[in-house]
Amino acid sequence: MKRAIILIFFCGAACFADSPAVLSGVALAKTEASAKAGQISSTALINNAREYDGKSVVYVGEAVGDVMVRGDFAWVNINDGENAIGVWMSKELAGEIKFTGSYHSKGDRLEITGVFQRNCIQHGGDMDIHAQSIRKISPGRVVGEELDTSKRNFVFILLVVLCLVFVFVRRQRS
Amino acid sequence: MILKPQLQDFKNIGYYSGRIIIGISLTMLVPMVIGLLFGEINPALDFLIAAEIALIIGLILTRLCFTKKDLNWMQGMIVVSLSWLAAMLVAAIPLYLSGHWGSYLDACFETMSGFATTGLTLAQDLDHLSYAHNLWRHLIMFIGGQGIVVVAVSFFMKGFSGAFKMYVGEARDERVLPNVIHTSRFIWLVSIVYLILSTLVLGTVGIANGMKPVNAFFHGACLFMAAFDTGGFTPQSQNILYYHSLAFEVITIVIMLLGAMNFNLHYRIWTGGRREIWKNIETRTLCITIAITFLIVVIGLSQVGSYPRALIMFRKGFYQLISGHTGTGYATIYARQFIDEWGNLALVGLIIAMALGGGACSTTGGIKMLRLGIIAEALKQDIKRIILPERAVVEQRLHHLKEIFLEDKQVRAALLITVSYLVLYGIGTLVGMFYGYSFLESLFESTSAAANVGLSCGITAPSMAAGLKLTYIVQMWAGRLEFMSVFTLIGFFVAAVKGK
Repeated sequence: MKRAIILIFFCGAACFADSPAVLSGVALAKTEASAKAGQISSTALINNAREYDGKSVVYVGEAVGDVMVRGDFAWVNINDGENAIGVWMSKELAGEIKFTGSYHSKGDRLEITGVFQRNCIQHGGDMDIHAQSIRKISPGRVVGEELDTSKRNFVFILLVVLCLVFVFVRRQRS
Repeated sequence: MILKPQLQDFKNIGYYSGRIIIGISLTMLVPMVIGLLFGEINPALDFLIAAEIALIIGLILTRLCFTKKDLNWMQGMIVVSLSWLAAMLVAAIPLYLSGHWGSYLDACFETMSGFATTGLTLAQDLDHLSYAHNLWRHLIMFIGGQGIVVVAVSFFMKGFSGAFKMYVGEARDERVLPNVIHTSRFIWLVSIVYLILSTLVLGTVGIANGMKPVNAFFHGACLFMAAFDTGGFTPQSQNILYYHSLAFEVITIVIMLLGAMNFNLHYRIWTGGRREIWKNIETRTLCITIAITFLIVVIGLSQVGSYPRALIMFRKGFYQLISGHTGTGYATIYARQFIDEWGNLALVGLIIAMALGGGACSTTGGIKMLRLGIIAEALKQDIKRIILPERAVVEQRLHHLKEIFLEDKQVRAALLITVSYLVLYGIGTLVGMFYGYSFLESLFESTSAAANVGLSCGITAPSMAAGLKLTYIVQMWAGRLEFMSVFTLIGFFVAAVKGK
């Protein structure tokens, strides 16, 4: 909404002014809007696979699991919060990925530009993206785990109850 | 006149259910230890909490309902059906505490899907799930595939005739060995040996495919547990597609087919009687049904032009078919692709395969090959009787481990269960359509749940209506236990209310 308002403002301003500053502002907003508009979600890709088949797409998400290097290339699965899609990239591009998502870590957030394949002939019919370039939007990190004290306390309470039940069972048996 | 259940009935049921719940609590120590090994403190606490709750419930039940009397048939069946529900409830506790399931109902859906070796999942953010929780998802498939009662009979019970009644109640009416406890232990022996071998193979292939060694072997163990028990869970959200590996697909096909085999056949292989594989009616029926359903799938996929090359047809068409037919539910395509890429004819072929299932006394679900074989043989003989002269003697025989003369009561039993499955598929379809899904989508998902397959066309999701979640839970439970113990439980409650 905010981006739309900015775009409308600049377009309106451009109608009444031919100042280079305003015009460059319009171009910047349009470029930003176009770049964002090019970004596509995994759900949109999966649900409209025929439409995007063979086309260049921009896909953003977190690298998850292992970076699976296979010869001069690598598979990296990128999860955008809705689904994960496999991205086939060169080993050099894969080398830029430092963190992948797991229980203990947040993976690098990447913008992938590449060709979307509905049923990739090279890869046994997999739905995938052949990356042409990647850009790291934000680096990943190790996620520290803090002990959940409420769970720890609940464990002790249950332990007391369990001991009482056990004593009760033993008494009844004897 | 319906007789009201007596106090002894409640005591017997309570006591043995309590022992099974105690058994489930002890199995939670495995993921707890794994959590500690991987430095996952909070997940370890989740399992400790759940184990304590289950132990408390189990100890109270066994004490309050203590008895030395043996189970009768009714009590054995009810122990099975009730303990499966109890197992679902206690096993859901650690999953719910993890925060990766939207509600306790979702967690119960997951655990019933696990124990019933279905594989439909409501997990959220699966790619960030801990090793402990992920192992638990696959371990309950391993336990459920062998049978919760089989676990109890193998490890926690010294021996009593009631063991057989519970064993039968869990949809295992064939004894591999004369003693049911020995049978249960043999089933576990086979499973453990295959687990070790398959983990080594899958782990090695995983490393060769670029996975880290720890992940490769962890995934290998999980994939075996889910494939051999024809369950279908995987550690990552993309299912088998995550690996992008023909080798993984071929190996899992072999494991899925092993899981769909009758354990009696495994025993024959282990004791040198390999010829039984080709003589057995189940193997023959399975080969025929795979061929027919694959033909339907190929024609359907060719019509829509989805997979133009043979290798792609194998990796997408054949893989999904074997996965569905064996009741596993592993997928190398996204759920939505079944609707968008397969076309109606191929989808119907897959639904038929899912509905039929694999071998009896295996880990698979569905109608089962033995019943199909019995019905087909009975139909063949009836047609012969009509065609041949009246004086001709028509011998009804089939080979299942030995030559069996087919009797009417066997045909009747096979037909009864087959009709029950078809009705269950139909009820789930109607409920799906009630919630607004198309007929084919509803039929697909209903068959997948009731036949304990786990392939999804997109209906199963955390946003699914609660009523549909409950429907699929009941379908998975009834389908896995093959109805008798479920009907007995219902009858028991009716008797408790209306009996005299």
